[in-house]
Amino acid sequence: MLKALRIGLVMTLFFTVLTGIVYPLGVTAAAKVLFPRQASGSLIEQNGKVIGSELIGQNFTKPEYFHPRPSAAGTGYDAANSSGSNLGPTNPALADRLTKDAAQYRRDNPDYTGPIPADAITTSGSGLDPEISPANAQVQALRVAAARGIPVAIVRRLVDEGTQHRDLGFLGEPRVNVLRLNMALDEKVPVKR
Amino acid sequence: MTTNGWLQIAVFFALIVMCAKPLGSFIAGVMEGKRTFLSAVLVPFERLIYRICGIDSEEQHWTTYAGSLLAFSAVSALLLYAMQRLQGWMPWNPLGLNQNNVSPDLAFNTAVSFTTNTNWQSYVPETTLNYFVQMAGLTVHNFVSAAAGLAIAIALVRGFARHSVRTIGNFWVDLTRCTLYILLPLSILAALVLCSQGVIQNLNPYTTAITLEGVKQTISQGPVASQEAIKMLGTNGGGFFNANSAHPFENPTPFSNMFQMFLIFLIPGALTYTFGKMVRDTRQGWALFAAMTVLWFGGVLTAYHFEQQGTPTLTKAGIEMTATSTQSGGNMEGKETRFGIADTALFATVTTDASCGAVNGMHDSFTPLGGLVPLFNIQLGEVVFGGVGTGLYGMLMFAILAVFIAGLMVGRTPEYLGKKIEKKEVKMAMVAMLILAASILFFAGATSVVEFAKNSYWNPQGPTTGNTSNPGAHGLAEILYAYTSGTGNNGSAFAGISANTPWYNLTLGFAMLIGRFLMLLPLLAIAGSLAAKKQVPVSAGTFPTHGPLFVSLLVGVVVIVGALTYFPALSLGPIVEHLML
Repeated sequence: MLKALRIGLVMTLFFTVLTGIVYPLGVTAAAKVLFPRQASGSLIEQNGKVIGSELIGQNFTKPEYFHPRPSAAGTGYDAANSSGSNLGPTNPALADRLTKDAAQYRRDNPDYTGPIPADAITTSGSGLDPEISPANAQVQALRVAAARGIPVAIVRRLVDEGTQHRDLGFLGEPRVNVLRLNMALDEKVPVKR
Repeated sequence: MTTNGWLQIAVFFALIVMCAKPLGSFIAGVMEGKRTFLSAVLVPFERLIYRICGIDSEEQHWTTYAGSLLAFSAVSALLLYAMQRLQGWMPWNPLGLNQNNVSPDLAFNTAVSFTTNTNWQSYVPETTLNYFVQMAGLTVHNFVSAAAGLAIAIALVRGFARHSVRTIGNFWVDLTRCTLYILLPLSILAALVLCSQGVIQNLNPYTTAITLEGVKQTISQGPVASQEAIKMLGTNGGGFFNANSAHPFENPTPFSNMFQMFLIFLIPGALTYTFGKMVRDTRQGWALFAAMTVLWFGGVLTAYHFEQQGTPTLTKAGIEMTATSTQSGGNMEGKETRFGIADTALFATVTTDASCGAVNGMHDSFTPLGGLVPLFNIQLGEVVFGGVGTGLYGMLMFAILAVFIAGLMVGRTPEYLGKKIEKKEVKMAMVAMLILAASILFFAGATSVVEFAKNSYWNPQGPTTGNTSNPGAHGLAEILYAYTSGTGNNGSAFAGISANTPWYNLTLGFAMLIGRFLMLLPLLAIAGSLAAKKQVPVSAGTFPTHGPLFVSLLVGVVVIVGALTYFPALSLGPIVEHLML
């Protein structure tokens, strides 16, 4: 048994070096060369300053921007504190929140009367979902166009251009990156302040 | 439920079937010590390891094999405990996290959790553990705990394949080969594929961004891709971030999502072929594969159906439940837009069929019966493809029971793969099975009623039942899920439960130890006993174990044992919750 413990100790140390240091550092080096942008977080810079990551949702509240889904990460889109709501299907707190958020969504988008897209008032698993469904974006297009004082067709076209289709044509769901879409809006039709 | 959803499920399955034979043959070759295309590079390296560690590669009796495994697990768990408690002195610590972030009971829980391939996480990783502990502590255990599981499965298969010998292999050699030839090369490839999709891999401090609306946002960083690859491939499941594979930095695209699910089932699927090859009858392996497929598909179908159907609460809020071409419909609470319903339901089924426990959506927010699927999958023993190695040895345990039951029906001594299944084997298989059930039900029951822990050191914030985030039946389901996940060495959770108190950390730690070691000791005993037996020639009275009859019997045994054991507990949790909708 003593011999087994000794071998166990040496092997643990050996594997710690091999799989715990050499392997991750090797992958880090390879990733830095092959995929430098992805490896450092797909960050987006504007005028030399980091304004966020393409993959990490951030909050938008102004009417002239598209809004992301509600978030349960920290106080909302806390990217150092990812979390879902973990509210169960029969929890009254979930029902209350949904009722409140549904009313808010209707108030924010008064011109839309159809059913609410499934992603629009539900929180995501990570609380950092960077995307919304194209249906949700089209609902909000009316509001965004009105707030910016531009024809809705322009906004709809930007939504269409910003829609990512299913990967390889069949994987996942179609989606719109909120940050990218809002940046495109600011670039094409800046808000006059 | 959409055509596109079904197409993804079909493609996923096709990938697993296609890889079973090539990878399965490769694993068999490696474990039998044959030359493979990696030998030229790795054989000298392998010899060097044996020299440094003082290993003679002589074959071991099952007791020595088990002793080596226990010694290795004990030493490596101790080191991981120490590493967490001393993390303030470790390098690569840009956030300055130290031992104050890790209490002794939490460090015990985490050390046990990663040593047993469970990867239950009572803590929020991004604010608890620094990069050094995540890499040199957790990533290492992701490798070796998977390699140990694989080694034990191979040892059990040797028991069937050999006859009239006393030994079942050498643990140290098996462990080394599994890591060097199988896990490490595949992980390197997988890490780079994940990175290409957007999984991060760096040692940078957290990034501060000023958003378009002028708010400060702190963005986590870290060496994620290297851990993510082995987390899926080794069916470990412990996330670098709290949100696990729902986090866009762990699982950024639908492609990476499909790839991660593929990695979970890759080795377990291939092992059924390895098994067939090593016992020199590949039909036997495919029979297990078929039984697993039936159980997998049943789970996917159920979870997908109920998640797409949603709940009256969602409908009442005015949310669309039907999928359209521009939105997913269904219960999207706790799910990511890019994955939608089909991919999340499939992921939840796959991760709990296997002992992985990674999640790409929050199981806690699933519909009652959609959430029943992952819970029941773990309770079945994670034998549906299952964990790396653990799935195969768990299914072989059920196969022993199935032939025993068939033997009882016709009044003949049961045989499996030319070995007489006698009192000792059946006893050991039953011990393993009963211990799992006892651990799950005892700990979940105790946590629901213990009084002494309330407001004491054990559970400072109130009664143990108060740690759940949801009231009523769903709260009980959270507790039941926690001990099921711990005992089953899965690691997923109904994550609303706040398990970071001494009571939960210690009891879950013991549940994980019981689930891992008290299951594999009886199995190694079976392996030793089988290896010593003589081969019985096939006769007209032998029950064939490669046909549809055996597959149905095996599926029946798995489902009936699981249902009879857990129905009362499940009916108080998810089932009653469904009736309350």
